[in-house]
Amino acid sequence: MQHIIANISVLLAAPILNVGLLLDGLMIGAIFALAAYGLALVWGVMNVKNLAQGDFIMIGGYLAWCLDQRGLHPMWAVPLAFLLLWVIGWCLYKSVIRNVISRDLFTSLLATFGIAIVIQQGLNLAFGPNTQSAQADLPTWSFAGGLITVTGTRLFGLALALVLSAVVIVFMKSTRMGQAIRATAQDARAARVLGINTERVYAFTFCLNAAICGAVGALVAMVWNIQPFMGTTYSIRLFVIVTAAGFGNLPGVIAAGFGMGVFEQFGGFILGAQFQQALVVLLLLIVLAVRQIQQLSLRQALQ
Amino acid sequence: MSEAVIELKGVCKSFGGVTANNDVSLIVPRGSITGLIGPNGSGKSTLFSSIVGYHPIDKGSILFNGREISRLSVPEIARLGLLRTFQTTRIYGKMNGLENMLISETQRQVGVFNMFAHGRKEAIDRAERLISFVGLYPKRFLPAGSLSFGQQKLLEFAMAMMNEPEVLLLDEPTAGINPTLINGLIDRLRSANIDFGITLFIIEHNMRVIMSMASKIYCLAHGELLATGDAESIQRDQRVIDAYLGAH
Amino acid sequence: MKRIERGRQSIALLALFAAGLAAPLLLSDYTNELALLWLMILFAVTWDILGGQMGYNSLGNIFFFGAGMYISAIVQIGLFYDVGMYTSGARTTHISFSDLQYFSGLALGMLAAGIGSAILAAAAGWALFGLRGPYFAIGTLGLAIAAAELVASWEWVGAASGISMPVFPGNPELQKLFFYMLFFALGFALLLFLNWLYSTRFRLALNAVRDDEEKAEAMGLHTRRIKRTALIVAAFFLGIAGAIFGNMTGFIEPRDIAFPTTTFNIYMVLMVLLGGKGTFWGPVVGATVFHIIKEATWTYFLGWQYVTLGLLIVIIVVYFQQGIVGWMIESYPHWFAPKPASEESDAYAKASIDLAARPEGSP
Repeated sequence: MQHIIANISVLLAAPILNVGLLLDGLMIGAIFALAAYGLALVWGVMNVKNLAQGDFIMIGGYLAWCLDQRGLHPMWAVPLAFLLLWVIGWCLYKSVIRNVISRDLFTSLLATFGIAIVIQQGLNLAFGPNTQSAQADLPTWSFAGGLITVTGTRLFGLALALVLSAVVIVFMKSTRMGQAIRATAQDARAARVLGINTERVYAFTFCLNAAICGAVGALVAMVWNIQPFMGTTYSIRLFVIVTAAGFGNLPGVIAAGFGMGVFEQFGGFILGAQFQQALVVLLLLIVLAVRQIQQLSLRQALQ
Repeated sequence: MSEAVIELKGVCKSFGGVTANNDVSLIVPRGSITGLIGPNGSGKSTLFSSIVGYHPIDKGSILFNGREISRLSVPEIARLGLLRTFQTTRIYGKMNGLENMLISETQRQVGVFNMFAHGRKEAIDRAERLISFVGLYPKRFLPAGSLSFGQQKLLEFAMAMMNEPEVLLLDEPTAGINPTLINGLIDRLRSANIDFGITLFIIEHNMRVIMSMASKIYCLAHGELLATGDAESIQRDQRVIDAYLGAH
Repeated sequence: MKRIERGRQSIALLALFAAGLAAPLLLSDYTNELALLWLMILFAVTWDILGGQMGYNSLGNIFFFGAGMYISAIVQIGLFYDVGMYTSGARTTHISFSDLQYFSGLALGMLAAGIGSAILAAAAGWALFGLRGPYFAIGTLGLAIAAAELVASWEWVGAASGISMPVFPGNPELQKLFFYMLFFALGFALLLFLNWLYSTRFRLALNAVRDDEEKAEAMGLHTRRIKRTALIVAAFFLGIAGAIFGNMTGFIEPRDIAFPTTTFNIYMVLMVLLGGKGTFWGPVVGATVFHIIKEATWTYFLGWQYVTLGLLIVIIVVYFQQGIVGWMIESYPHWFAPKPASEESDAYAKASIDLAARPEGSP
């Protein structure tokens, strides 16, 4: 308890530190927002709540780490992880997801949770339980006499996240597949009647989401760290973002992503790193409570 | 007791920017069969949903037996004796017909302890009588979800009767029913009103049905009350005719 | 339930009771595994109350299990010693309990665990039941994880290092039998209780909430009360199970023993899906099959257990939707479902108004 108060007083005493945390939070938040967009996409199009989202991210992260171990620059992991996860996503779609789309929602939740467990344990067996990260060796800039550091890595992560987001958004708006995806999200049966191959749309959407997670994972390995069992925390984190924003609401998801990043930076500073998962879960419960109260005024439940 | 079992005063309801009901005031006389008609999109179902508490209203007041109910929840209003059937017939799909009936018993006296009551003969007898009233007795052990659409509608009606309501709001009770079977349904509705004393407030598109049953009819258009009167005067009301024809 | 079904159900329960009594004598090498089997049955049957009968799929039932475990530990220790001192001291010094202290503490601890969990359920229900479907699942999962994290940072109950439980006064053979009997008694009591509960109109209420909760509300059912009661019942039994398990293991700890969100917590769901959601014997069958398979194969998959677990989840969820008992009910309906009315008892059918016979236009 005392260290919490001590940390808060440090923040109050040196306001410049808050700026540093804010910047860090926004940069990391951009990555969260991107992954949350993928989650919202799969949710909106296929009504599948992917509890393995965080674990897809971890796979991407471990690819980056492997490259780093072999002396290659982990930046290459971003496109490679994108491709790798696309393939993995395709395999998972054909074997598992396709069968659970039409079932009830809990089935898809449980199926993806099963996938999450397989991935987590698989990564644990392959790479061991230690936390790892990939070194990008980019320059670091210091401001305000060393109180604020902006790492090149985080800036790079932000830039890449923005680029990837822009590409995805343009894709959704202007390509035929993008339009097909949006049509299916609105009404799958109508889309089918109009000749859209919804099966391909579903597969594509799932693969796209997995690929986005892969790229995000590579960034996470460079910007932060990875560990086989961190996937669950990420999944919950992203779920919180999408729930807070409402999954049809793209600008909301982005804003919530940034908010999440900032919240975690401040929370991590004040409470300490070991409370990371506790913090995320706490936020989940708060968001669920707030949304429930909102729905209550409309006499609805949160479903 | 007053003559009006339901009274609406200036009820307004909007969703987002769309106004579904605007300043609607009406009275449903006790023991009557009252009709609510109007072209599609005129706000009839929304009005019903407001009355039973499915959503809060923006402005106005809704009185049931003189008591303000616009702030009560759906189960509370249902327990006061105000029920409705859904436009998209809703029953408990995985339970059989008899079970659907048994669980539809009135909940007014169900407390913390007697919610564990056990195979009571009177309840089963009553359920069986009502389910045969709608002609579904031979099918009472089939899962309700496997019944045909028309049979489900009848089951829903029987379940409503089982609940011993004072007022029953029926949302398009004859929609989707084979024309040759509509007479049977009309008979049962009349019986519910005359023999069981239930006030009926009915949304209908089938003019023959509603004109032959209702003693008083309200017509909504564009969310507002357009006209009111008995069957004869409503049918001759130019505004009503224009509203329906103008909708094409 | 008709008399024939009641008779069959009673025979089945009697047979299970006899098997439960005889098992530790016939299979004395497997007493621990048998005790765990009853725990699995408890997990599955309590999960089914919410998930199978009421349609609320919970991913956080383990919360009540762990809560009961810790409540019991606090009572068992707290009656005789200062809890804070015990949890920090027990690692270095051996603190002993007399036989009377052990058993009285255990009894009171189990009682407190059940009641405490039930109270937590009443409170949690208020926060959780505004959530439906996936939100409820994730919300309950969040609750369980939050509990694990909270307890892990709470020094008074030993934080992440856990608590060494009072030692059973007796030889290991007696200890195994003792805990088997506790789990057997609790498990069978639960089955007897549910056998009664599911014959009342409460069961219909649960099913109504499952089939169409909005319709249930529209018909005036006290849905909030129904949901809360179901949760309280499940929590009560889970709490006591947690207390027994904590004592059987001899050592409790928040993340892997009290609130194991990726093992026991998920097994519950799998066992019910495997056996048949929403049926009386489904969870029992599912728990038995699951437990036997797991015990038999775990040692062969050493190192890869959890990967196979994940695969098992996926397989069960995708290919075993109805579960064993569900499949049996569908394939052999006459064994289970009540028979449609026969000709003689069909007095009402003859008297009922025949819709199809009324032509349009007649009075």
